Amino acid sequence: MLDTSAFDLRRYLQGNTHSLGVWITLVALIIFGLLRYDNFGGAYNFSSVLNYNAMFIVIAVGMCFVIMTGGIDLSVGSVAAFTSVIAAYLSPYGIQVALPGAVLAGFAIGALNGFFVVAMRIPPFIATLATMLGAKGGALVISGAQTVSIDWTSNFTYLGMEQAFGILPWTIVITLIVVVILWVVLEKTSLGRTVLAIGGGEDASVMMGLNVSRAKVFVYVLSGGCAGMAGLFLASGFGAGQPLEGIGWELSAIASVVVGGTLLTGGMGSITATVAGALLLGLVFNILNFENGRGVISLSAYWQMVIRGAFLFLVIVFQSRVAQSGKKGTA
Amino acid sequence: MTSQEKPLGVAPVSSRVTQKLSWSMISQHGGVVALIVILLFNILVTPNFLHAQTLFVNISQVATIAIVAVGMTLVIATGGIDLSVGAIMALSGALAPLIFTSPFADANPELGLALAIVVPILVALACGVFNGALVSLLNVQPIVATLIFFISGRGIALVLTNGNLQTFTHPSFSYLGTGKILGFPFQGYLVLVIAVAVWWLMAHSVFGRQLLAVGGNEQAAKLSGVPVKRVKIGAYVICAGLSGLAGLIVVAINSASDAARIGNLMELDAIAAAVVGGTLLQGGKAPIFGAILGAIIIQLVKYTLLANGVADEVALIAKAGIIILAVYVQQARKE
Repeated sequence: MLDTSAFDLRRYLQGNTHSLGVWITLVALIIFGLLRYDNFGGAYNFSSVLNYNAMFIVIAVGMCFVIMTGGIDLSVGSVAAFTSVIAAYLSPYGIQVALPGAVLAGFAIGALNGFFVVAMRIPPFIATLATMLGAKGGALVISGAQTVSIDWTSNFTYLGMEQAFGILPWTIVITLIVVVILWVVLEKTSLGRTVLAIGGGEDASVMMGLNVSRAKVFVYVLSGGCAGMAGLFLASGFGAGQPLEGIGWELSAIASVVVGGTLLTGGMGSITATVAGALLLGLVFNILNFENGRGVISLSAYWQMVIRGAFLFLVIVFQSRVAQSGKKGTA
Repeated sequence: MTSQEKPLGVAPVSSRVTQKLSWSMISQHGGVVALIVILLFNILVTPNFLHAQTLFVNISQVATIAIVAVGMTLVIATGGIDLSVGAIMALSGALAPLIFTSPFADANPELGLALAIVVPILVALACGVFNGALVSLLNVQPIVATLIFFISGRGIALVLTNGNLQTFTHPSFSYLGTGKILGFPFQGYLVLVIAVAVWWLMAHSVFGRQLLAVGGNEQAAKLSGVPVKRVKIGAYVICAGLSGLAGLIVVAINSASDAARIGNLMELDAIAAAVVGGTLLQGGKAPIFGAILGAIIIQLVKYTLLANGVADEVALIAKAGIIILAVYVQQARKE
């Protein structure tokens, strides 16, 4: 029993060298935090880090699917801003209306992306750039460029404030459900295999008789829906629809996917490693805030931008080393 | 839509074959057609459009987009993309006032002014070396490589200025943004000089040919002895240097430097201008004057909407529509 599990672990590690780095770094960072700060492992910090990063995790796993096909989705931040406004407007009808409303709005913009990419053959970078501008414009138009307050008498507030079953915030529970569903789709369904095949070689996938168009539309719709969900979290977390938020989120999401070991060329990728990548980026800031609180460093929001860039640089250099040594190993 | 490939002498076979078809005639000169349509619309509808003041406003606003778009065109011609142009503008725009308002510049005004222009551009060029090195030496995808400065470049600018708005009065420096020669804005001439110089570089220099070869087929270029890595770095360096210059112009126009705002979303405008101007995202073509045309179209659309009372946010949606249309026409031409 013990032998088999050890064997499985080793095989897993051998098959996932790309995502090995993120797990090691994540664990190292957590150990560092636990040793250095008293409140780091406390339930409050634990839950607030997860709660704040839930929206980034949801966006990142959606982005992972797009990137696995060799595409990219730059519209996610704007879509989240857009759907946060939608969610705020729907909040008087309660979460049972606001949640599907926000996700459907995300699906709709994702479908538009899919249409541009698949039917009009516009490169994903440009197609999603256009919907990024369009969704931003749309969010500003319908909100009048103002934050839209949400209705606190409805049950919408459960989402951001209440704990599910008294343990975890609802946002985290929903995020977990999304992650598990997407993991199953990727690992256990033919759709997931098609997504991976497209990234490996689109022409070959078409020749194999895979329904490439359907899978490509699917990933953009999925990514849009995930961004819609993030907008819902955004509205609940900030207590208002935020048409001006979401700037740079696409980059955080791309960074999470890349940090998780997925190559932007597509063809491979891991949902769990992407979650780890998003958590890692979130934890870096959590730890920087703890340092800031100790007065060791004075960390303005500006420095955070610099450090985020430097961190991305380190990850990229590390990844390119791994990729090169991997190439040498197989050659 | 339109293209300037004729002077370059490397028109792709497909476009030569289909040139006889009228649809492709329209798409070949779509940029010019679009420009004429927008101009006619404005002359008929927009109040005070045919005023010198309107022209000057548009020239000074289009100059920065055009300058960055020229650099972006070179990067896209290698098959890359540069997301960091706006952040590099912010960085150089933040540095210049720091230098010419320093005690040293007070003591040596001429030297201070020269340094305030040279140092920010050198820093921008260094950013370009960094981008290019990541792309060509470490084989990092251009989107990811330039993402680093996209995020941290503006951060560095904000750290340098402590996030403060720097306002200043410095007539000599402001000439870069507000000066006039024969009644026309100085930046207009600057754009022309840059466009002609880069066009010449692409059409008549070895570097230009090598760059197009790299974008057309990197493997073939490498096999035929083109120094692919050096050429790619060169494209990113030129793009970053031009972005640095554009940053200086923005600061000079405003007589103020706001690191949080300079060059915001410029990467999108520049990419859109290049694409509207006929640059293929797959690389291999560098229509410099097309990029200028694209920048003018984008600026005019923005102006048309604002001058006719359409809100800023709707203008974003219009810009999105233009980008999609331009690329769609481009794709249709290719097939």
